[in-house]
Amino acid sequence: MRILLMGNPNVGKSVIFSRLTGVHVIASNYPGTTVEFTKGWTEYKGKRVEVIDVPGAYTLEPTSKAEEVAVEMLKEGDLVIDIVDATNLERNLNLALQLIERGVPTVIALNIWDETKHRGINIDVEKLEKLLGVPVVPTVGITGEGIKELFSRLEEAKRKKPIKRTEHRRWDNIGKITHEVQILTHRHHTLREVLEEASTRPLSGLPIAMLVLFLSFKIIRFIGEGLIGYLLEPFFTKLYLPLITKLSLFLGRGGFLHDILIGKLIEGGIDFVQSFGLLTTGLYVPLAMVLPYILSFYLVLGILEDTGYLPRLAILLDNLMHRLGLHGYAIIPNLLGLGCNVPGILSTRILESKRERFIASALISIGVPCAALQAMIFGLVGKHGGQYVSMVYGTLFLVWLLLGLILNRVLKGFSPPLLIEVPPYRLPPWRTTVKKLWMRILSFLREALPLVLLGVLVVNILYFLKVFDFLANLTAPLIHGILGLPKEAVVALVIGFLRKDVALGMLGPLNLTAQQLVVGSVVLAMSFPCIATFIVLLKELGLKDMLKATGIMIVSAFLVGGILNLIL
Amino acid sequence: MAKQIPLTQLRRGQSGRVIQIMGGFGMTRRLSAIGIRPGKKVTKVSAMFMRGPVTVRIGGTEIAIGFGMASRIIVEVKE
Repeated sequence: MRILLMGNPNVGKSVIFSRLTGVHVIASNYPGTTVEFTKGWTEYKGKRVEVIDVPGAYTLEPTSKAEEVAVEMLKEGDLVIDIVDATNLERNLNLALQLIERGVPTVIALNIWDETKHRGINIDVEKLEKLLGVPVVPTVGITGEGIKELFSRLEEAKRKKPIKRTEHRRWDNIGKITHEVQILTHRHHTLREVLEEASTRPLSGLPIAMLVLFLSFKIIRFIGEGLIGYLLEPFFTKLYLPLITKLSLFLGRGGFLHDILIGKLIEGGIDFVQSFGLLTTGLYVPLAMVLPYILSFYLVLGILEDTGYLPRLAILLDNLMHRLGLHGYAIIPNLLGLGCNVPGILSTRILESKRERFIASALISIGVPCAALQAMIFGLVGKHGGQYVSMVYGTLFLVWLLLGLILNRVLKGFSPPLLIEVPPYRLPPWRTTVKKLWMRILSFLREALPLVLLGVLVVNILYFLKVFDFLANLTAPLIHGILGLPKEAVVALVIGFLRKDVALGMLGPLNLTAQQLVVGSVVLAMSFPCIATFIVLLKELGLKDMLKATGIMIVSAFLVGGILNLIL
Repeated sequence: MAKQIPLTQLRRGQSGRVIQIMGGFGMTRRLSAIGIRPGKKVTKVSAMFMRGPVTVRIGGTEIAIGFGMASRIIVEVKE
């Protein structure tokens, strides 16, 4: 048996899914968090049944790619648990009635039930059940209240003969049902509502946005640097270094195996950034330089996601984003891209048109540096002074802006208007927020660590085979002539295809000037996407558009790198 | 006196009843799916300057609508 969890966007499908299956999926407080379906298993009457978390949909007549996915899934389910936001009954009933009209076996979870009380909403559940003709169970996804009862009533859901109804008739029907089962009591403005309104009004909203972004940045730096300075740096230098130095001695301080495991000795000792062995740089870069920032970035992002602030940022930035051929909501994929480009590009599915998805994906893969790369920029470029870090960020931001302006001019079509539901502010439910952070950290370790080690290994073997000497001489005119970098820097650009963080680490031993490091960081950030991004671009855009995006990428990377080299 | 104006011309905090959506099938459907249909009462919460999105409250939800789209939603207000 296969159970589908369906419902409008942002009603808590993913939270209930995690509860049922133990499979953790990212849940946040904004419409469109889930753009792909996730499968999991749970037990029902002693049998294993499949549960699928379907992207949110307002209607079964799709208006976005995420909704298309939802409608596709419907064909494959045996039973639907329609999750309805109890604080928003009328609009949610549209999807419920469409499911019931199609004769799909449906059970309704009246979710977010806890919020109805303090929002002055009173729903007669029994009457609603009678009028709809399917089981209705109040639930609170976050605490798990009602989920058991929901499950015990699954067997009451039966397939029925489909009925045809016009949209107009359906809305009439919904109007009648809500009128009969729901009583709203008027309530005074709460502090939450005052805050909600303040953050979408221009005069108060813009300062709030600036404060939120400034604080986010400060907190990310504070936690990231704190973890490095007080935890990881001492661990690696005080505990790990003596151990690994012994191993180096044991291996005879040189030779093939030593070079692969420990790397080159710098001034007679191990340098975690420059030695470039599997057990030195291969572990130090991902664990001591990147991981702390992954943790701090995703902690802050998770809190922003769960409070419901992001859609408000989308409203404030709508005008700007329209100039880039997008609308305000596209800021969410771009922000996610600051963590890792892959989920960023995946979440462009919340945008309506193919044109928008192309522009957003191109902007993310070219102008948005991922957290791993940013951590390395802070670590390596930051040593030469904050102004150089600002130069890298400033350039990338300009590129992002200009590229959007140009793409909007060049590509046919226009950007559709913004139309989004703005979720209420909520305090982050700490358990889901922490779980989400943990999932993201695990997936970084699982996906990045092996690639970093592979990158280090490949580099060492290729060095050993002297492949790079050949490549460096071949590309010297490009790398040295245009970008003003030593010809050996080509190695970093090649490795950037595997992992950008490792690539930036490889610029370290070249003794670059601060200016050269700025050029190198910018070119690395803009040029070839790493392999994971490459694959997701191919999957989401198709071969032709992916090649187009890559072309833009190469040209703009060298153009911008060249200009930087000239003016710095 | 009842007056018919585009949603964009509502004052902050003012309410009106949607009477017509001057758009194609696609736009009407997107709007109705999210809860904006003729007959519904909307209250304007805020509007961004320079023809930015208009935020309205409808039932228990806040919805942000791009300026162009909002200007094609006609509401009736009591003067």
